[in-house]
Amino acid sequence: MVEENGSILLVENLRKKFEENEILKGINLRVEEGDLVSIIGPSGCGKSTFLRCLNGLEEMDEGVVEIAGVRVEKGGEQGLSGREFRRRTHEARQKVGMVFQQFNLFPHRTILENVAISPQVTQGISREEAEEEARYLLGKVGLSDRMTHYPSQLSGGQQQRAAIARALALKPKIMLYDEPTSALDPELVDEVLQVMRDLDREGMTQLIVTHEMRFARDASDYIVFMDAGNIVEISDEDEMFTNPKDERTRKFLGRFL
Amino acid sequence: MTKSRALVWLVCLALATIVADGADGQEGAGGMPPLRWGAAVDSNAPYAFYGPGNILEGFEYEIIHAIAKEMGRKPQFVSNSWDGLIPGLDRGLYDMVICGIEITPAKSAEVLFSNPYYVTYEQFVTAKGTPILRSLDSMKGKKVGTLNHTSAMAMLEKVDGVEIKPYEEEINAYNDIVNGRIFGVLLDFPIAKYYAQPNPELEFNGPPFGQITYGIAFSKSNQALCDEVNQAIDRVIASGEMRDILSRWGLWTEMVAGAFKQPAAPSCPDSEYRDFVKSHHQYEKSLWDRICGYAQFWPLLLRGSLMTLQVSIFGMTLAIALGFSLAILRVYGPWPLQVLSSIYIEIIRGTPLLVQLLIIFYGLPNIGIKLHPLVAGILGLGLNYAAYEAENYRAGLLAIPKGQMEAAMALGMSHFQGLRYVVVPQSFRIVLPPVTNDFISLLKDSSLVSMVTLLDLTGAYNRIATQTFDYFGSGLLVAAIYLLIGLPFVRLARWAESTMAVDHRKSGNRPGRFSLPVPFRKKGETNGN
Repeated sequence: MVEENGSILLVENLRKKFEENEILKGINLRVEEGDLVSIIGPSGCGKSTFLRCLNGLEEMDEGVVEIAGVRVEKGGEQGLSGREFRRRTHEARQKVGMVFQQFNLFPHRTILENVAISPQVTQGISREEAEEEARYLLGKVGLSDRMTHYPSQLSGGQQQRAAIARALALKPKIMLYDEPTSALDPELVDEVLQVMRDLDREGMTQLIVTHEMRFARDASDYIVFMDAGNIVEISDEDEMFTNPKDERTRKFLGRFL
Repeated sequence: MTKSRALVWLVCLALATIVADGADGQEGAGGMPPLRWGAAVDSNAPYAFYGPGNILEGFEYEIIHAIAKEMGRKPQFVSNSWDGLIPGLDRGLYDMVICGIEITPAKSAEVLFSNPYYVTYEQFVTAKGTPILRSLDSMKGKKVGTLNHTSAMAMLEKVDGVEIKPYEEEINAYNDIVNGRIFGVLLDFPIAKYYAQPNPELEFNGPPFGQITYGIAFSKSNQALCDEVNQAIDRVIASGEMRDILSRWGLWTEMVAGAFKQPAAPSCPDSEYRDFVKSHHQYEKSLWDRICGYAQFWPLLLRGSLMTLQVSIFGMTLAIALGFSLAILRVYGPWPLQVLSSIYIEIIRGTPLLVQLLIIFYGLPNIGIKLHPLVAGILGLGLNYAAYEAENYRAGLLAIPKGQMEAAMALGMSHFQGLRYVVVPQSFRIVLPPVTNDFISLLKDSSLVSMVTLLDLTGAYNRIATQTFDYFGSGLLVAAIYLLIGLPFVRLARWAESTMAVDHRKSGNRPGRFSLPVPFRKKGETNGN
């Protein structure tokens, strides 16, 4: 059962179908505060869907997700009513930051406004206060000189760093990244990964769906390998790459080794 | 003037029958209320029309004044379009209609008619020098013009082999004889007298055809007033005043004299007719002189322009507000509202604006909703264009990548907040060009409000053209005014577009005037992985 012991993310028996197609077949995972976890696996294995179920962008069919202290449960005896489910999902999102492959910055607002808007809208923080915090965060990701630009005027790497700053504006307890560097030109990847490394040093809990094996290996506390809707293997980063236990892991990583 | 007068007439007929018992007589409420009479003045010399200096005149105008004097009441004129005259009766806009309406069994079923105040016949007109016609049958195989919904039309329909060319305005019909488009025109004698006789290239041809009687129309429920007016008509005839009026207008014929049992000779010179010919038929003037002559109409043009502008701006405001709400409901609302919104859009888009306008103005009083013409005009245009705006906005909303709403939700915004702060502001700039387009379109469609008694720019055009007999010069003038009104809005929208497009500019790229303020989506959006 669930232990109240500082796990910032606890997932039990998470299931998700798209029509008849079972994408997630009962996922169990526990993440401790401060961990940096990479989720890898072949395309279509369900890793992005898994991530999106954690903050309710996809609604799970069944299972338990306890994230940043908010428990959401569906199906079974303790399943929540629809209304309560939505209420808790909404509550969880306030404490969970998310970064998308396509950045999804708001193109009609400047970078500063992109970062400052959500605290104003969702937490009623004053504009001055929100923008001050936004300036601090943008400084942190190295975009102090781009605050008045619009997203389309920035490079992909800059846009993704801005998106990270935007997600941080709500002071989340955990950050989710959905292939944050997949849409970037290769030379822009590192600047984004560096931001994530910095956050790791500050103790941020981060869950990253990625194809950057090198980053996964270098920066992760451990790596989750998914295949066909299941978590196949959870290993220490070095062990995963040097001595994978499962045949499927070996096959997948074979391409990178 | 109207796009489809036949259609309008049908709707009016339907409405009139529905409403037949709606209105009560307006008199008797203590003292003597004014005698309100309705007429269409945008075409009809010598009936009731605006003469030089925009003063109302005409033989019907004088007859009404004579009748009102007999009754000891003050006449009050209410203007309406020809097609709206009968529905306006039931709507209570006025107590009676005098507008060259022929007493026919069909019309008697709809309205109450007074005794005839004028009796006349159909006069055939051809180009000068055409062989003389003995009977209607000799028109076989020829193109003959007339006006819609007239007894001349009914008469022509009974003749085999005549190709009938229906016209909206008599002056156009007569001009087409000169232009060689038609062989001749069959119309009521007074019309032929005023519009064809002064033209040196036309001549009366053939004998008087048939007999038509003009009556004053009342609402079916207004028998008392009808009786009172009948007595007044009798006295006006008996006193010789009727003969004086008709003589001055050159309309005293043997036929009318016989019907009223009075001497056949006119009692005085046809001074009014001569004045009319002198002031209206300007065959010798050049186009430029005529256009300069329009300067005297500037107050009318200004008034019409302001009305057009007013109706268009308020109509568009309503259309945008309502259209936006409909689009939101259709895209994001719960399913019953989605369905309702779709139904509204389909119904409004699937029916003519003109019909909607007429229902709002003439139909709604039937269920107790009487709207001011201006309100009805704005409402009609606004409700109609809302359907088109809704589709614009729907397209705009759907064009925003799904990731935008997801990002907003992931940032803890509610669905509503995501719309309010993220999706809607972006869709606004996408829909700006089509909305501008629709505004220009609405500006032009606003000419339909002349159907609900408003005098807009097109109404002014009609009035000027029928007074000056010049559809060409005055038409160019009015078209130019429409252009001038529309242009600033086009410029404004262009400016707004380029201003708003600034955020889509790639650095180093100037926002071209033709740059599309569209997709922010980069490659494909990926969902499940």
